[in-house]
Amino acid sequence: MPKVAMRVNGRAVSGEVEGRTLLVQFLREGLGMTGTHVGCDTSQCGACVVHVNGVPVKSCTAFALDLDGAEITTIEGMANADGSLGRVQQAFQDHHGLQCGFCTPGMVMSAAALLAENPTPSEAEIRTYLEGNICRCTGYHNIVKAVLAASGQDPATIAAE
Amino acid sequence: MYAFDFVRPKTVAEAVKALAAEDAQALGGGQTLIPTLKQRLAAPAVLVSLSGIAEMSGVSLSGGTLTIGGGTPHATVAKEARAAYPALAALAGGIGDPAVRSRGTIGGSLANNDPSACYPAAVLGSGATIVTDRREIAADDYFQGMFATALEPGEIITAVRFPVPEKAHYEKFAQPASRFALVGVFVARTGQGARVAVTGASADGVFRWAEAEKALSGGFSAAALAGLAPPTGDMISDLHGSAEYRAHLVKVLTGRAVAAA
Repeated sequence: MPKVAMRVNGRAVSGEVEGRTLLVQFLREGLGMTGTHVGCDTSQCGACVVHVNGVPVKSCTAFALDLDGAEITTIEGMANADGSLGRVQQAFQDHHGLQCGFCTPGMVMSAAALLAENPTPSEAEIRTYLEGNICRCTGYHNIVKAVLAASGQDPATIAAE
Repeated sequence: MYAFDFVRPKTVAEAVKALAAEDAQALGGGQTLIPTLKQRLAAPAVLVSLSGIAEMSGVSLSGGTLTIGGGTPHATVAKEARAAYPALAALAGGIGDPAVRSRGTIGGSLANNDPSACYPAAVLGSGATIVTDRREIAADDYFQGMFATALEPGEIITAVRFPVPEKAHYEKFAQPASRFALVGVFVARTGQGARVAVTGASADGVFRWAEAEKALSGGFSAAALAGLAPPTGDMISDLHGSAEYRAHLVKVLTGRAVAAA
């Protein structure tokens, strides 16, 4: 089988994969990193979002071999060095930006990608950016609050609903 | 998904060679092809990824022509074409969602020619040129109906050349679940007159609305469209909208696009 090598959360990893092995399969089954979730497996829900060379990608819709040599960041790489929650994660906890939690890894990765591009997004910009991340609990309001808080803005500025 | 061999050539020449194999299929960003493979609607023996070909990626401006490499992702076009061709950059920045835009490529979108995709409207509306590994194809000759193009088997879109118009705008009425265009209209005012390209509406794929182009070439304003009947033709009719609704949208969106250009 072909070999693939990449860096995941700063660590060099490699493995044997099939041509059809998806990035998310390589992460979850090959590396045992199950923080990245598979929700719909049809590239609609965004639960599987990771960063590839700094940009958000649906890992259920990319082949591992296509990302040979890439720099990947997953939800496991979002914590601080001492193991405490990272800025975006902490904001999700503080503002209850999750209900069942299944979509959370993708939400956190998309939110972090947004903040890297736009450090102080408006409520509308947050909602637009997260359109590819679906929360089936419909917990969007607190997710948006969490992203506002993670950007250092006051989440109380958005209407309570 | 059925099994296949995966190759990732470094040059266009190597990719052309790899695509000569039996049942070989080119892979752009995979945002349409991978879901298609998962559904077992395609079963290539070899998948030839174009993502490793450096010469096919990038945005460059030279003498009023914006050239975009066939392997350039939508997110890159949205960022790097903003100054030179803002209407095109805005269109690219409205495709799918941010994660899809990180991977999906202009060449992949045009090779697939989905009847509801956004890029075909920009290419036809701008009068762009499709550059392949073997020839150049004018936009007017390239689109040949739903999912049909002038590409030969194994032919690769290496770049797209856009003559930058005097002004342009793309107005999209998005289907909220798929984020494809229920109807999308790209208008451009060029030195040779106005161009109006419509996506999402017709079962024949993207088309030019000739009556509107004629009216707008006389005066590029939404008022010039007032007396026009909505376009006729083989409009798509499905659960998202009837043929009449789509035809009506074409006229409304054309007016909005002209006003915003």
